[in-house]
Amino acid sequence: MTGTLFFVVLPYVCLAIFVLGHVWRYRYDKFGWTTRSSQLYERRLLRIGSPLFHFGILLVAAGHIGGLLIPESWTEAIGVSETAYHAVAVSLGTVAGFCTLAGAAILIYRRRTVGPVFSATTRNDKVMYVLLIGTILLGLGTTILGNLTGHPHDYRLTVSPWFRSIFYFQPDPDLIQAAPIGFRLHATAAFILFAFWPFSRLVHVFSAPLGYLTRPYIVYRSRDPRLGNRPAKRGWERVQ
Amino acid sequence: MRVMAQMAMVMNLDKCIGCHTCSVTCKQAWTNRSGVEYVWFNNVETRPGQGYPRRYEDQEQWKGGWTLNRRGRLALKGGGRLKKLFSIFSNPKLPAIADYYEPWTYDYETLTNAPLQEHTPVARPKSLLTGENTKITWSANWDDNLGGSPDHGDKDVLLKSIADKVKFEFEQTFMFYLPRICEHCLNPSCAASCPSGAIYKRAEDGIVLVDQDRCRGWRMCVSGCPYKKVYFNHRTGKAEKCTFCFPRIEVGIPTVCSETCVGRLRYIGLMLYDADRVLEAASVPADQDLYEAQRKVFLDPADPAVVAAAEKAGIPRDWIEAAQRSPVYALINKFKVALPLHPEYRTMPMVWYIPPLSPVVDIVRDTGYDAEDRGNLFAAIEALRIPIDYLAQLFTAGDAGPVDATLRRLAAMRSYMRDINLGRDPDEAIPAAVGMTGEQIYDMYRLLALAKYDERYVIPPAHAEQAHSLEELATECSLDYEGGPGMGGSGPFGESSGGSVPIAVENFHMLVERQTSDTIVDPGDKELRVNLLNWDGKGKPEGLFPPRKDES
Ligand code: SF4
Ligand code: SF4
Repeated sequence: MTGTLFFVVLPYVCLAIFVLGHVWRYRYDKFGWTTRSSQLYERRLLRIGSPLFHFGILLVAAGHIGGLLIPESWTEAIGVSETAYHAVAVSLGTVAGFCTLAGAAILIYRRRTVGPVFSATTRNDKVMYVLLIGTILLGLGTTILGNLTGHPHDYRLTVSPWFRSIFYFQPDPDLIQAAPIGFRLHATAAFILFAFWPFSRLVHVFSAPLGYLTRPYIVYRSRDPRLGNRPAKRGWERVQ
Repeated sequence: MRVMAQMAMVMNLDKCIGCHTCSVTCKQAWTNRSGVEYVWFNNVETRPGQGYPRRYEDQEQWKGGWTLNRRGRLALKGGGRLKKLFSIFSNPKLPAIADYYEPWTYDYETLTNAPLQEHTPVARPKSLLTGENTKITWSANWDDNLGGSPDHGDKDVLLKSIADKVKFEFEQTFMFYLPRICEHCLNPSCAASCPSGAIYKRAEDGIVLVDQDRCRGWRMCVSGCPYKKVYFNHRTGKAEKCTFCFPRIEVGIPTVCSETCVGRLRYIGLMLYDADRVLEAASVPADQDLYEAQRKVFLDPADPAVVAAAEKAGIPRDWIEAAQRSPVYALINKFKVALPLHPEYRTMPMVWYIPPLSPVVDIVRDTGYDAEDRGNLFAAIEALRIPIDYLAQLFTAGDAGPVDATLRRLAAMRSYMRDINLGRDPDEAIPAAVGMTGEQIYDMYRLLALAKYDERYVIPPAHAEQAHSLEELATECSLDYEGGPGMGGSGPFGESSGGSVPIAVENFHMLVERQTSDTIVDPGDKELRVNLLNWDGKGKPEGLFPPRKDES
């Protein structure tokens, strides 16, 4: 029962909020869609913390995509044994995880101690930090504990198939129920974070400016045919 | 030939009295909000001086603008696209708030609620960023009128390249004011640096704007602009810049800074230019050739071939006529007395300056000679190498030739017109000495000294059959806008969220809310602040005075 609640209902609800929330926010609040950078206030700590955190978390995200979406049978089919995969994943993952965490620690320390940055922190930001850091800590903790005890759990046989099953619309909570509690907590925290995502500054992830690589340097745009910044009243539209 | 039109400005530095009226009115119109307290779209700096932000001209440090790469092609000085994307998490070249100044207010409350005491209570300065007590150490015009220059005047970037240092002793120095706005460049490096493509140049009038809905706060434009005229709003997390008062320009009235300029020294008009030749002109190898190269990009609006091409390019007839009457074109290309600011940044700036003759005139007068006499003035221009070299560093990448020629033309105008004003016979040798005719000199004099409002500002309105609903003409209820009356205030994600609100409505709510604030720095998700600048003296804004005992 709790299995269904936490690993079927919660994921679907959170994913729905994630998708619809982004659509809604994009339509309603383009102006609020920003990184809200605080570099202007302080740059010494940011210069170390921010790249450390961001590059770290990009690696972590890449690792998750690999681990969750690619079935174990596929990697075995191309001759990568589970032990080899695990060794690589754990070492890279731990390094990336620690970079992320170290970066986050610097950033949070900065947020708390640098006056202007602290006064620019909203309640929304604080909730976001708790969720994000909580999720990262749970994930990193589970990985490290599992490996320290010497019996790392092969999540690619439990968590990953469950995760994929959500997207086939044949959710199977029993799969993840077989994983240790750490994994289950991490997954739950992640889904709650996803539900909060569209309402936080994390939306800036979806504006990674890759188009910059191909667009011409100078953008020309015609003046909005609508003059001023509100639409014409009926009967006052522009004469064509 | 691809004809495009550009709104451009010329400022006559001789007439600037450094009153900062332009800065203040601009601030009231555009940056009188939290998040941009430190921002001056228009600022007036005393030269020699460091400018605002401090030492912004040092491109070896800030890497703004364009440069030529090893193959002689134009490239962003701050690095190419990949480099920009990799440094996106921490922009290495972003000026910190300390390079501008820490905005502050005063704790006026203690003046009214301090207990009876021996000493008069003082309103201590409070930082607008932290709300804590602060020590004011710098501002946007801290070195106004060379204040403090004996201590830090030598930090002026331009003095580095002038061998004989300008002396900052009171009697020996020269000084003038340099009002600066965004240059609305033909080749804007701010736009080129923007990863999101949010900064664009309007095809109709060349005004460079930031699309607030597309800006994602990557801050690359701030570093990219060599004039440091894009600013980061630290509350909304978006870049903001001078808009050339486009809502006013669209209805044919000048920018706020021009309208309110006490010296009446600003000219606004259209320039037609050949968009196909901009890149070529911006890539000429020698920095000193950039002034001439840019001048050649401009098209003569009287030339029938240009008129035909402009019509083919869809430029309306009344715009072409406005370009023909443009005072800016006359000053730049006919009389050749206006020069671009720092052409060596290769952005092709479009706010040009008539260099000041007054430092020269003052020196001649102070030495007791006749400061209207051509011979004396020419000799002084010859002798005053340091001021001339300094102006050349500003306007022609160090080439004293054009500055010299410009000052001579202005000096010639002075002495030629004196004869006329005194009822003497005009001496035609004077204009001839600077390669002009008496008539040209007189026309130039008219434009520089007498021109009325509609000659200084030749602004064709945008094709604005809808001008009725433009904000500046408040003939409709200002609350009638989509989603209105949306009572301003905060969207669900803090001040920056929600759709955009008409500027007038936004200002109104800002006022109301500020007056009801009782903290100096507001919690990030509310907009509250007391701002005395906004209090017109009528009524009693809540939060300005402590509550009465019987009320609370
Ligand atoms: S001066 Fe204005 S248009 Fe030119 S680069 Fe700077 S912000 Fe852009
Ligand atoms: S208002 Fe005019 S005279 Fe006064 S500082 Fe500005 S440009 Fe100079």
